[in-house]
Amino acid sequence: MPSGNSSTAASADGGFGIYVHWPFCRSKCPYCDFNSHVRDAVDDDRFTRGLLAEIDHYAALTPGREVGSIFFGGGTPSLMPPVTAEAVIGRIARHWRLKPDVEITLEANPNSAEAERFAGFAAAGVNRISLGVQALNDRDLKFLGRRHSVAEALAAVELARRAVGRISFDLIYARPGQSEADWAAELDQAIGLAGEHLSLYTLTIEAGTPFAQAVRRGEFAPLDPDAAAALYELTQERTLAAGLEAYEISNHARPGAASRHNLVYWRYGDYVGIGAGAHGRLKDDQGVKRATRNWRKPESWLDRVEQAGHGVEETELVDRGGRVAEALIMGLRLAEGVDAARFRAETGSDLKDALDHQAVARLARAGLVVYDERGLTASAAGRLVLDGVLREIVAQD
Amino acid sequence: MTELSQIRNFSIVAHIDHGKSTLADRLIEACGALESREMTSQILDSMDIERERGITIKAQTVRLRYRAKDGKDYVFNLMDTPGHVDFAYEVSRCLAACEGSLLVVDASQGVEAQTLANVYQAIEANHEIVPVLNKIDLPAADPERVKAQIEEVIGLDASDAVEISAKTGLGIPDVLEALVTRLPPPKHGDRDAPLKALLIDSWYDAYLGVVVLFRIIDGVMKKGMKVRFMSNKSNYLVERVGVFNPKRTIVDELGPGEVGFLTAAIKQVADTNVGDTITDDRNPIAEPLPGFKPSVPVVFCGLFPVDAADFNVLRESLAKLRLNDASFHFETESSAALGFGFRCGFLGLLHLEIIQERLEREFNLDLITTAPSVVYKVYMTDGTMQELHNPADMPDVMKIDRIEEPWIKAQILVPDEHLGSILKLCEDRRGRQIELTYHGSRAMVTYRLPLNEVVFDFYDRLKSVSRGYASFDYQMDGHEIGDLVKMSIMVNAEPVDALAMIVHKSRAEMRGRQLCERLKELIPRQLFKIAIQAAIGARVIARETISAMRKDVLAKCYGGDISRKRKLLDKQKEGKKRMRNVGNVEIPQEAFIAALKMNDD
Repeated sequence: MPSGNSSTAASADGGFGIYVHWPFCRSKCPYCDFNSHVRDAVDDDRFTRGLLAEIDHYAALTPGREVGSIFFGGGTPSLMPPVTAEAVIGRIARHWRLKPDVEITLEANPNSAEAERFAGFAAAGVNRISLGVQALNDRDLKFLGRRHSVAEALAAVELARRAVGRISFDLIYARPGQSEADWAAELDQAIGLAGEHLSLYTLTIEAGTPFAQAVRRGEFAPLDPDAAAALYELTQERTLAAGLEAYEISNHARPGAASRHNLVYWRYGDYVGIGAGAHGRLKDDQGVKRATRNWRKPESWLDRVEQAGHGVEETELVDRGGRVAEALIMGLRLAEGVDAARFRAETGSDLKDALDHQAVARLARAGLVVYDERGLTASAAGRLVLDGVLREIVAQD
Repeated sequence: MTELSQIRNFSIVAHIDHGKSTLADRLIEACGALESREMTSQILDSMDIERERGITIKAQTVRLRYRAKDGKDYVFNLMDTPGHVDFAYEVSRCLAACEGSLLVVDASQGVEAQTLANVYQAIEANHEIVPVLNKIDLPAADPERVKAQIEEVIGLDASDAVEISAKTGLGIPDVLEALVTRLPPPKHGDRDAPLKALLIDSWYDAYLGVVVLFRIIDGVMKKGMKVRFMSNKSNYLVERVGVFNPKRTIVDELGPGEVGFLTAAIKQVADTNVGDTITDDRNPIAEPLPGFKPSVPVVFCGLFPVDAADFNVLRESLAKLRLNDASFHFETESSAALGFGFRCGFLGLLHLEIIQERLEREFNLDLITTAPSVVYKVYMTDGTMQELHNPADMPDVMKIDRIEEPWIKAQILVPDEHLGSILKLCEDRRGRQIELTYHGSRAMVTYRLPLNEVVFDFYDRLKSVSRGYASFDYQMDGHEIGDLVKMSIMVNAEPVDALAMIVHKSRAEMRGRQLCERLKELIPRQLFKIAIQAAIGARVIARETISAMRKDVLAKCYGGDISRKRKLLDKQKEGKKRMRNVGNVEIPQEAFIAALKMNDD
């Protein structure tokens, strides 16, 4: 199996992390289908108490686990007061043992107002900042509905680097009409700015977003999949040459600098989801995974937490077939692929029983996957058509 | 029992939409057979499809009483015949049961191809024919021109044509008098001779079982007698004898010249044959009536359920339909691409469509219909002959001496401005022109055409190149040797049996290219490159390539997305079950359905 450049050595399971969702944004970006809400005023104290209460609830369910990562996502968690981050981190540390090298990430918008608070977040314990830069030209930033300028973003990157050291930023490419030359130049600039980590996403038109409506109305056409594929391939070549190889379909890092939090998802580890609309996956003693999903609307979530101590709207027992599918859906996104031992630990099933071996053999001959006793890996070409690969190889129940 | 001289048996000949059913309704009304509250529009067409398409599939009859101006009471038997060439034989038997016809022509539209085909049949049956011009009240009506057309095109004296509006009732009394004065009564008929009756049609009734419609030539039919069907020598005890007036009414007996029905514990329609002769089992006649032919399907296709689980429902549904329509045939067929289904034989394309539609509508089935095929006579080098109605059964070409294909003779009436494109269409389809005549601004062309070119979307093309103005009818016209080959369609070198077809060599390349291009549009890109080829034997005549999909992945996938992603994958895998797998290529059902439609050249 090709070696990934992940920060942690292959462990017996997928790890354990805590996700904290701050569901508010200043404005909605037209491409985004995450759980985000725009409010005139937010009662920060009440929401902070809600987060703490929910942490207490989950701590009781997961005694003895060791936290490798805390991730503040959103929404826009950089809108949250640094004292909230401090309280949340403190409460987590009171319940669970934190790994010595625990990664604590905050997602942030790269505008000047929020950048001023980076030092505060760093003081609260945040040691990694992930910035939603999205584009390095003002025209495309406007198209993407972003409220910051390129100049502001560059300044914010610098401030973040000074505040926490470990930084990453996101770019969205394969924008309508984007040429290979345009993207190559922008990508080179991004590589120059990047520290240890970059997330490079092709633009996806998500159902229910303003972009989906605009496409339906014919206001713009998404880049066709072949052109997007060419940009993707160009991206792989340039990042590889710069030492920022892809360790996941859209994520690039220097050796050892992969996002530990996101590796928990992709390795199908356990994670607690705190906050409105957050999802969690927790396995019990029998190896059965429970999927939790919180109320999406911030006020509904808060009401529930205040009444019941948690904001879970639905808990689903993920059956054997579901666990197998989820572990493959996530694991094959990684360059390191699905490790057979870890697969067994997280799903309770053997990898070899989970696969349609005729399909695997066919895909292996076509160079899309590699399969041996250690595990299953999708090649770079295979990862680019992963949805098709998954349809083929996940054995029918 | 009615005096022969006071009986008039007649049918109505018309093109679709020229008002046959409306006129029938008016006649029924005028004879007071039904209270007006019982009148539903178009009483005779009882099935949904018949009503919607204006096509009568089964012959029906109404017995009416009419007191004429001469003061005498007459009995009219109005026979409603199936109105389409597919049922030409059934029509001919119907006409054989009558002495005359009303020829209904739309006073603005004039004579259409279908009018012609039907009226020629009536002439062949020695009918006295009374022309009726309908829709005379419409502003566009031009009775003089249409009369001239009837004389010119059909060769019928139209000077005494009855001018009516079936819609408003105008002229209906004149039609009734014309029936009495201008149509002849049944010619002969001996009440004391042994029973001799013509089986006109039969159908299945949920309460009565099989109902047999007949016309008596000689003798008497009554309850309790034992009758014999001469074609299959079966015999039955008559349980009921009756007439439709138009309600079902039981009578004691029926005599010469009369039309009515009988029931006799007959289990299925297939036990009765249209055109058969019914006689007295104890005192049979020696010779049956002339003209009996067993019905033979001329067009075949495969019908497959879209959902394989519906196979048994399809089987039961076909059996139910066959209860009432013995002219269509079915047997199980299995296809590597489409799974289990049935090979079905029909009297013609319309018949095929009707059955298909009834299966989908009445039995709620989703079907894939393979390309219609005709019946080829394959003569083998060893001197034997086999009939081929499924391309999959094509014998080894080395053992074939020659293949003969069925031809038709087609009449097409078309406005001048579209004549050119119609001629081109017929030439493209290997047609041979027999005749071309002009009637006013319209041309009538007669062509001989191979039937296999006609079952392949000819009618749709005809309508589209003439903007709907051309009308078309045909008769079967023997078999001829043809340079015919089996064309296979291959996906990644694996033949797709359901798409194989028999084509004329000169047309193979065009068809092959067309089908490959169509499939290229219909099959979604997949993980591998897909080669689509059309081939005759080992020789590839057309090829298209679908390149592999390059990108198919969600850019962003984190914790929250897993459930959604898993559900999406489940749904996609569910969708895969509805795909057909050929050469490791997943072909959506819709691709088969659309490829087999081939509506545009």
